[in-house]
Amino acid sequence: MRKEFRDSINTALHNPSLTGALGRFSEAYRISREKAYEGIDFEAVRTQIADRKGYAASHLDELADRFTQKAEARGTKVFRTNDPAKVRDYILDLARQNGVKSVVKSKSMASEEIHLNPHLEKAGIEVHETDLGEWIIQLAGQTPSHMVMPAIHMTKEEVTEVFNEQVEEGQTPDIPKLVKFARGKLRTKFLDAGMGITGANIAVAETGSLVIITNEGNARLVTTLPKIHVAIVGIEKLMANFSDIVPVLTALPRSATAQLLTSYVSIISGPVPNTDGTPKQLHIILMDNRRTEMSHDPKFKQALQCIRCASCLNVCPVFRLVGGHVFGKVYTGGIGTILTAWFDALKSSDEIQGLCIQCGNCTQVCPGKIDIPGLILELRRRLAVEKGQTFTQKAIFSVVNNRRLFHSMLRTASVVQKPMQKDGFIRHLPFFLSDMTEFRSLPAIADVPFRDKFKQIAQTKQKEKAAFYSGCLIDFAYPEMGEAVVKILNKAGIEVIFPEGQTCCGAPARYSGAYEVAAQNATDNISALLEQDVEYVVSACPTCTVALKQDFISTFESLGQTDALPRARELAAKVMDLSTLVKKLVDEGRLTFKEGQKLGQVTYHDSCHLKRTLHVSEQPRELLTKAGYEISEMYEADMCCGMGGSYSLKLPEISAPILERKLNNIKQTCATLVVMDCPGCVMQIRGGLDKDGAEIKVEHTVQLLAEQLK
Amino acid sequence: MPAIFDTFKLRAEAVSAEVHRFPRKTEALDFIVQYLRSAGVADSPQSYAVWADCPFLSGVDKKQIAEQIPGLTFEVTRETAAASRVGISQLDWAMANTGSLIQDAAPVDRRLVSTLPNIHIAVIQTDRLLPDLPSVLGKIRPEQTNYISFITGPSRTADIERVLTIGVHGPEKLVIIFVDQVFADQVSVDDVLVDEAAGVN
Ligand code: SF4
Ligand code: SF4
Repeated sequence: MRKEFRDSINTALHNPSLTGALGRFSEAYRISREKAYEGIDFEAVRTQIADRKGYAASHLDELADRFTQKAEARGTKVFRTNDPAKVRDYILDLARQNGVKSVVKSKSMASEEIHLNPHLEKAGIEVHETDLGEWIIQLAGQTPSHMVMPAIHMTKEEVTEVFNEQVEEGQTPDIPKLVKFARGKLRTKFLDAGMGITGANIAVAETGSLVIITNEGNARLVTTLPKIHVAIVGIEKLMANFSDIVPVLTALPRSATAQLLTSYVSIISGPVPNTDGTPKQLHIILMDNRRTEMSHDPKFKQALQCIRCASCLNVCPVFRLVGGHVFGKVYTGGIGTILTAWFDALKSSDEIQGLCIQCGNCTQVCPGKIDIPGLILELRRRLAVEKGQTFTQKAIFSVVNNRRLFHSMLRTASVVQKPMQKDGFIRHLPFFLSDMTEFRSLPAIADVPFRDKFKQIAQTKQKEKAAFYSGCLIDFAYPEMGEAVVKILNKAGIEVIFPEGQTCCGAPARYSGAYEVAAQNATDNISALLEQDVEYVVSACPTCTVALKQDFISTFESLGQTDALPRARELAAKVMDLSTLVKKLVDEGRLTFKEGQKLGQVTYHDSCHLKRTLHVSEQPRELLTKAGYEISEMYEADMCCGMGGSYSLKLPEISAPILERKLNNIKQTCATLVVMDCPGCVMQIRGGLDKDGAEIKVEHTVQLLAEQLK
Repeated sequence: MPAIFDTFKLRAEAVSAEVHRFPRKTEALDFIVQYLRSAGVADSPQSYAVWADCPFLSGVDKKQIAEQIPGLTFEVTRETAAASRVGISQLDWAMANTGSLIQDAAPVDRRLVSTLPNIHIAVIQTDRLLPDLPSVLGKIRPEQTNYISFITGPSRTADIERVLTIGVHGPEKLVIIFVDQVFADQVSVDDVLVDEAAGVN
């Protein structure tokens, strides 16, 4: 990671107006979005969007032709090109031919993508952004920090200063007055401009129509007052039929700004008369800039389903801390990382892809049904292929994959750190390792790993067997969780086996883009876990569960290793997370809780992979309630704790404030026990609470259940 | 009609529009005249009112109204609209579930009076109320008109500190006037949106 990039992250993290504004916004957004969707079946709407935009992405050429034909028949000029330079030249030539001295623009991300403004300005043409937020950042010489709210990072005082310095002295930080001031100043720009430039939210092939959505009313002026209207439209905006606009108009305002509909929607299907009666020149530029290439990529094609609502940014735990500028100049957040990789260059995403903690919040709200974290992983993989793995990475993976060596190294490290270790925690590490313990303590490494402890557990032989997959953390740091799993399953009459050949689940390798390593892990685990005939393969770590159930398959698919797929699927079918299995056994009457227990209040933290990838959130709550606990829900219970595997090591400066929010939300509940289903979250949260000194215990669900089952 | 009208009113008011309803045209006209007076419309720049030609105006004695309200003009140009405080136009459809108005806005005067002045008065026949977007799409004809506008409340922004502020580049006030009486005999030929049989009352 370059120093400049680290610096930009730190600058953002230490900008209180940015983190304050984004933090408050993301909290308010969740609620207002939900309200806006009242009475709407979001899943149905987004399925329609994904289907129709997906269809369009597979028929871009055809739709572009049809659109062109329809629009031209009405007198519109349509220019289609793959090349951003040609877009810039087309507009500049047009301006020159018509003696245009001044241009007004309503918001167009496509124009930002191709850096149109400086090109026109260099040629002596004035360019005025008219969306208030865009105008502010244009005056300030900045770039947008959010796709929908470009100036969200600025306070009213900062805006006042920009107006005073760049436009006219004497403004005061009073928002309605600042808005009025902008209205007055921009009004003359609208009236004087020779050309209006817009983007479009949808381009309908069937009718040759553009659909433009705004709140301020600037697009209506931009398309009414100047005699030339140029619309720059990325070809992913194409949709086949006029009726396709329904799901987009239903979702976009709700997701973007929590409105039922924006103030204005303009549907432009041909040139309209100018105010002097002459017909307007209407030019539509269908800009490709690698979108067609993207549509041919089986993985990335789905990114063309994006409707640019920015809701993925609003729910992202990382975005709300660092804002948009860290991501680059045009597209920001998770989806921005993906778009930048394509519209700019793969290597431009090299650093920013590392910002994603893979929590999956974005995918849950995305109206285009885009698997954003999945695509970011794919970027990571391609970048790793392009660059090759570093020596350190290779060394790490080779150690991780050798279980005995890994444990003995961890043990040695922890013994060496003995003076640091107390009550099962490592609180400080020296030198370069100190970042790891700066904001949370680390668990001490177990003297005896689970794999060895397991051999000491006496079990009765049973016909029904389950294979336990421990994962690294339970094996080396929290063997007691593994013991609890065995205890519970034994109570249900299931014998647990621990296949010795099991190794790392491959998540660290996969999340670093090292898919070959992950595939080797998958192969080893599959043969170990399928060696004996078992009913279930159970794991008490959601990340491992996801690996066993989904990632092995997709890793093989990514690498084209189709031979390995049948066995991977066979394994996937047997894999269950602990809570789901226990719930099943309780429902079947094979496990029962002690009666009449009153165990007091606990709060439950949803782990990212369990809640959003495995869709398990009610099961553990139900089990804990049946056991006799009373659940006091914390605020944002399903928000990431900041662990993210090795993320907390790579980007501790981001992981720490995410954890801090989590700890605050836990403390707010007044519960003295916080429960979760993931040993990674236990490590992060227990370590954070230890550093913090709070008297709150942290437990894995499995341990509480093991005590309360008969 | 009552239920759908109530929904419209609720939704439109929720986005800061004003909603009125009158049985007959004459009552609506009286209201508009009163409104223009109290809004301070006068014969001086920035205080004019502009009224775009529309079926509602057929049979109305424009000269007489203009005499009652100095500063009101039916000559809609870029200049008069830009110097007006109030703009008046007729809208073609209303969409209840979002409180929106829909208009064939290809004729430029219709856009000028609803974009440049501070206040937009929108007149609409009550029987033009439709429940939702699919039903509106069943009526509008993008293949026949080059500019269709949806208007939902006054213009707004939240671009500074996310504080909702009404009135940016478009009107800061939207006054919607429903008239139950049908002005069907005045359907103009170019008004392709108004091509359906009226009278759903
Ligand atoms: S997965 Fe989480 S961290 Fe990654 S982009 Fe989505 S919301 Fe942000
Ligand atoms: S990726 Fe999805 S959530 Fe993000 S801007 Fe695009 S459509 Fe919206």
